[in-house]
Amino acid sequence: MNQIAPERPKVDKKPEPSLYASHQKVQPRAVKGRVRNIKWAVLVVLLALYYVVPWFRWDRGPGVPDQAVLVDISHARLFFLWIELWPQEVYFLTGALVLGAIGLFAVTSLYGRLWCGFTCPQTVWTDLFMWVERRIEGDRNARIKLDQGAKDGRWWKLKLSKHAAWLFIAMATGGAWIMYFNDAPTVTWAMLTGQASLTVYGFFALFTATTYVLAGAAREQVCTYMCPWPRFQGAMLDDNSLVVTYRDWRGEPRGKPDAAHGDCVDCKACVHVCPTGIDIRDGQQLECIGCGLCVDACDDVMAKLGRDKGLIAFETLKNLAASQAAVAGMAPGPARNAAGMAARVPQKKIRPRTLIYAGVIMGVVALMLGAWMLRATLTLSVERDRAPLFVQLSDGGIRNGYTLKLANKTRGEDLHLALVLDGPQGLSLTVQDAMEDAAGRPILTTRDDGITQWRALVTAPPGLRLRDSTPITFRLVDGSGRTLVTQHSAFMGPRR
Amino acid sequence: MPTKIEKDSITGQETTGHEWDGLKELNTPLPKWWLYTFYATILFAAVWVVLYPAIPVQGWTGLTGWTARGALPAQMDAERARQAPMLARLREVSAEQIAADPELRGFALAGGRVGFANNCAGCHGAGGQGASGGFPSLADDDWLWGGSFEAIHTTISHGVRAGESDEERGIAMPAFLATGMLTQAQINDTADFVLSLSGRSADPAAVTRGRELYAENCASCHGDGGEGNRDMGAPRLNDQIWLYGGDRASVVRSIAYSRAGVMPAWRGRLDPAMINMITVYVHALGGGE
Repeated sequence: MNQIAPERPKVDKKPEPSLYASHQKVQPRAVKGRVRNIKWAVLVVLLALYYVVPWFRWDRGPGVPDQAVLVDISHARLFFLWIELWPQEVYFLTGALVLGAIGLFAVTSLYGRLWCGFTCPQTVWTDLFMWVERRIEGDRNARIKLDQGAKDGRWWKLKLSKHAAWLFIAMATGGAWIMYFNDAPTVTWAMLTGQASLTVYGFFALFTATTYVLAGAAREQVCTYMCPWPRFQGAMLDDNSLVVTYRDWRGEPRGKPDAAHGDCVDCKACVHVCPTGIDIRDGQQLECIGCGLCVDACDDVMAKLGRDKGLIAFETLKNLAASQAAVAGMAPGPARNAAGMAARVPQKKIRPRTLIYAGVIMGVVALMLGAWMLRATLTLSVERDRAPLFVQLSDGGIRNGYTLKLANKTRGEDLHLALVLDGPQGLSLTVQDAMEDAAGRPILTTRDDGITQWRALVTAPPGLRLRDSTPITFRLVDGSGRTLVTQHSAFMGPRR
Repeated sequence: MPTKIEKDSITGQETTGHEWDGLKELNTPLPKWWLYTFYATILFAAVWVVLYPAIPVQGWTGLTGWTARGALPAQMDAERARQAPMLARLREVSAEQIAADPELRGFALAGGRVGFANNCAGCHGAGGQGASGGFPSLADDDWLWGGSFEAIHTTISHGVRAGESDEERGIAMPAFLATGMLTQAQINDTADFVLSLSGRSADPAAVTRGRELYAENCASCHGDGGEGNRDMGAPRLNDQIWLYGGDRASVVRSIAYSRAGVMPAWRGRLDPAMINMITVYVHALGGGE
């Protein structure tokens, strides 16, 4: 290309802008207040549940794990209190996950990002790690000073103790996760005495490492760069959802606490306490996890200044706009504040969005309950032989072979059930290695909590003329004559 | 390649020298961590190629000498060691005893299914359904040499007409036309009588003539009424199962030229435990007695 490019406009040479901003470490300040207290309470309850639940026992009788919550992968069973699920019933887990997702949508549409700010494991463990960090290295200013200062003996001492404490928590976290998949006392003892399997140690190391890295180093970067949830939460929120909001109609213009300025004194307390390092006064943003610590920080400052709390608050965007409209043109001061607050209306909770979420939740709950009530504890599968489709017998009769698999999901007594064949008159049924009852019907015995396999043979005598495929039905009948399971199949013969 | 590094006048960023419709591509390098990860994978691949047989050249096994084929024996040995105690038990007991023990039976049925598929299904079919041309069905109720555990075990071990040992099932039917023992007309009459044994349509006059010929030539093995003889592997002729076809032409051909299917002896080729397992499996196919 030799053509002459048009002269580009010369602009001021600015320093070359970097397309990759290096990470600025967020050093949140400690804060006290109502929201913080709620967060502490939630943290304690959730962590206690996480660490204690695997130790709850549940007596299920002999030969069955006595752990209340256990994912028994080697035996392909999921134990949850009185519920025991087989692998083919994993849809209950799917249902629970769907409920969790829609529940999350519903809560978000009403109360904003409660999940992110209060209950998300990333938030809970990061909060815990930050608490440890604060105990060892001091609060925000002390930590900033420490990071900027020389790497002397004190620096090494503080950093090493912090990372040791973090590692300990991470190991406890990784260890507890293992216990959900193994008998907790046994696996704990095995891990402590070095007798656990390589798999156990491998997963222990993996969960320890992820806890340490995510809660210790990655922190808010998980929320802003890794987590998909903030990306689509915008679709769950609307003007009626409660979000952490800076009431700019009351705070602006920022500045000295005098008559010319709004209530925001630009102390940056809200910025300093934010675990994701944002300024909520810039408005709604992706990085805000809705934890409300800035609410506590600002309320504290307002109280000291003798002003009303709630300059930063959980507020709907609808009310924010309403207040803004109401105070348009008014000078800062108590009159403007009162007018703005008076313009607010109660949050509208019943909206098409929340109704749809509630409907879906109720629908899924009904489906799961129905599936649980109708759950068959005894299932029979019938697999007809495909090679050969049928066998010609020496007397000219025709015989078909079937493999029966009988799954008994209950625990306790073995069942003894008679197998009955419904089909054209003349067909006879035998089951290999099965006993027979007084009426000559084969008796199938089911192992409790197991699958038994049987081989059934159905024979048509020489005289019986059948189509090449005749529907037949196997039924399992208990001692009182009640049919417990029915399974349809076909009887094949030569084309006529 | 541009000879001179050009800078974009607006951003001050270097360009790559590529230009499309007046737009120049800025040279914006990838993040360092990304590049280092990329370089590490290249290094990993280079080391891997040297250590392992990654180059498809005859004889190149890499410095470690590792091959998938070479690793197989160890895996096979481990699997054999795992199965050894069960196989040892399966060797010691009879097929009948195996079938009576639920644990052994489950193992034998699973192992027998594989053994059958590997060794027997080629002739007898995947489900033991047999094949035309002299490969008997193992799922029906008709047995040339017996369908008990013991009889099945003997048949598998020694084969049929395999020339393997004195115990074998070796008796064969004479070829009546080829050896000149019967004329073609006599054979036709005998065939009509044989067909009548199982109630098939036959010429009544020929049946009458064939009755005498059958009694003289066939009854010693196949029985007076065509009931067969398992000691000699002589098939029943009065039932509806025909190994080589039950139409008149097939029967005539059988008498004239004889039929003598051969099955190899599996003793010495298969582990005794495997023979036991296949016996139990074949017995369970549906025809076991």
